[in-house]
This record gives sequence, C-alpha cells and structure tokens, in this order.
Amino acid sequence: MTKVTMTVNGEAVAEEIPDNTLMIGFLRDVLKLTGTHVGCDTSQCGACVIHMNGAPVKACSIFALECEGAAITTIEGMADPDGTLHPVQQAFRDYHGLQCGFCTPGMVMTATAMLDKTPKPTEAEVRKHLEGNLCRCTGYHNIVRAIMAASGQEVAGSSAE
Amino acid sequence: MYEFEFMRPTTLAEALSVLSEDEDAQPLAGGQTLIPALKQRLAMPSKLVSLMGIEELRDIRATGGVLSLGGGETHHDIAHDAAEAFPGFAALAGQIGDAAVRTRGTIGGSLANNDPSACYPAAVLACGGTIVTDRREIAAEDFFQGMFATALDEGEIITRVTIPIPEVSAYVKFAQPASRFALVGVFVARFPDGVRVGVTGASEDGVFRWTEAEAALSESFTAEALEGLTLSDAGLISDLHGTAAYRAHIAGVIARRAVAAAH
Repeated sequence: MTKVTMTVNGEAVAEEIPDNTLMIGFLRDVLKLTGTHVGCDTSQCGACVIHMNGAPVKACSIFALECEGAAITTIEGMADPDGTLHPVQQAFRDYHGLQCGFCTPGMVMTATAMLDKTPKPTEAEVRKHLEGNLCRCTGYHNIVRAIMAASGQEVAGSSAE
Repeated sequence: MYEFEFMRPTTLAEALSVLSEDEDAQPLAGGQTLIPALKQRLAMPSKLVSLMGIEELRDIRATGGVLSLGGGETHHDIAHDAAEAFPGFAALAGQIGDAAVRTRGTIGGSLANNDPSACYPAAVLACGGTIVTDRREIAAEDFFQGMFATALDEGEIITRVTIPIPEVSAYVKFAQPASRFALVGVFVARFPDGVRVGVTGASEDGVFRWTEAEAALSESFTAEALEGLTLSDAGLISDLHGTAAYRAHIAGVIARRAVAAAH
C-alpha cells in the first residue's frame, strides 16, 4: 500500500492504495466517480479517457501512482456546479451525439482536450482526433457535428431544437 | 494483475540502481504496451520502476543537423516540438496510436519494445540513428534484431536517441484498420549522399531497409523512379490482415506516396 495524492476535479485527494491500482479503479472504486467508464479495459475504446494536467489519457492504461501530484479532470468535473453543461456536453445533447451514452464520457473528454489546443478544428481533424474513441451506436456523424458546433462552427443540418 | 511494488525515481542513477539490485524489477516508460501486458499476466515484475519522473530523460533539441530526443520524450511532445527541425519525423510521431496514447507513450519505450509494426523504427533505421543507453551507443542497424528483439541487455535504459536530419523526408503508414498499427509503413529520407528507405510492419524480421528502392531513388528522387520496382515478398508477414504479396504491393504504393509527400 502506498499513499497517493492528487487533485481530482479541483479537490485534493489522498488515499492509501495497492501499488497495482489502475487509475480507472482508483476513480471508480475508491473515489466512487463512476462517470468514467470501462469499455474494453485494453486501451482500445477510449471510454475511460480523462485529463491529466490537461492532456487526454486512458485511465485503464495508467496506474494511480503515476498520477501522483497531477491535476486530474474527469467527466464529473466538466459541468458547472449549478448543473450547466459544458458547451461540448450541451452540443452532444443538441446534436444527438449519443445514443446509449456509454462512450460519451470518453468522447467528451477527448473532444475538450482537442478543442483546448485547436479551438477551430476542421472536420477531418476532429475525425482523426477521435481515432482512439469507439462508438458502436451513432456511426460518429452526430458526434463530429456536435464537436464542430461546440467549436462555434457552422454545422450542416439542424440541431435537435 | 499480479502485485508489484511501484517506484518512481527522479534520477536515472536511482532507477539503474534498483534495476541492477533486483533482476525481477522492470522499467516502465509510458506503459501503453506494458500495462496491457501486465493485465494479461504476461509479465510478473517484483518492482515497476517508472521512468516518467526522470527529468534528464526529457529533452528535444536539434543541433548540427541532428535531432536529439530524450528517451522519455512522448510521441505528443515530439510531434509538436520537433516539427520545425525535422517535420517528417514529427509527423510520424503524430500518427502513432491515438491522442491519449501519444500523451503517455515514449520513444524510448517504443524502440525498446521493437514491435514489428511500430512506426519509429522505420525512421530511426532509415536515417541511420543512434540509440544511446545508460552504458553505450548502439547504431540503429545493430539495434533492431527482429520482432520484439533488440541489442538491449536486461536493465539497460535508452536515455537518448539521435537522428541525423535529412534534406527532405516523409513517412506514410498504411494502417491496419482495426489496430491502427502499420500494416506497412515506409519512411523515405533524402540525404546529400543518397536516399534511404525504412520499411516497418511488413517483415517477419521486423524493420528493414529497402535497398533496391534506395538505389533507384538515389538516381532520381521521384515517385516515377519506383515504377516497376516490386519489393520481394520473401520473408514478409502473411496474416488475416494481408498476405505477403499484398504487403509487398502496399510497400511500393506507399513508398511512391512518401516520395511525393517528402518535404
């Protein structure tokens, strides 16, 4: 057992954990933050993407102890405390960017990490950036439209409104 | 996953000391290959020695026509910070895995693993790079020794990789549609004294140089110079993703594309 300290969604956390605890297990089982999903558990699907110091990482493929001292953001940290959705979350809702919703936390975290560095991506850039996130429902088109809309760009067709 | 003790040294000396004292200790770089292997219980280290907290392994600079990369540099940082000095190499780094994998995965970890479908070996071999470890310097042509095999000894750590910067270069990857690893990847590099071509993903023996293509391109660095030239399919990988003949054909196609794209 080793003590790990880090910041998760702005709050300092410190816990004693077994050394082989994966970050996904630390978030879901220790901190009870179950918004980050385990899809494949083999680093393929991207449902577990979180931000580590602002960069996307797969929580199934990093140990919690590797996150010592890091600033971590999960899907729970995206909406405002009053419940106002992050613009990317709102766009997913407006543009039908989800069906079953299982991949959505990872999609949102990957998309927001991209938009932080590339505020006005092309559609091709969005699709390339989503390479590590699998969705088995939507066929991706509405996810791409949602991200384009969240970046303030014109999107063909109308929103759900 | 088996139990192990996790260590995160901040100096190379400390990491090497742990690795030399305990033969069951294993270094952990970005973990994008090793962690999935640990989950499958394919490895049972007593200690995992993370190299990610070692500042001396983080460095990207270009001096005297050579790109020098710390062994702990990530694909993401190489893709961005080497783009001006060596655009062909930086573009290759930006095609590895996906955004999340590039945040963590390192060049030292990738080269030490020497996956036969990895991208870096094509460029490091084509450019005649040097792998610098805690104890010696190894020329790329001696370093890569077949699938998942390298010249590294147990506990030896890649501290730096130096790569001569060509006049122009490009990497084209034909991605295996599911894994996105290179089904075939070709790196072409034009130096003042000739052209060199590295091929990854195709051979049972791992990365190799396509010398016939090098000769043709050294005569004329044009896609047309490769017309009619076919890579021999002897020793190439045949699997459900593509036959040896298919890979040989793809190598020719993407080599021509790489020449056309080189800048």
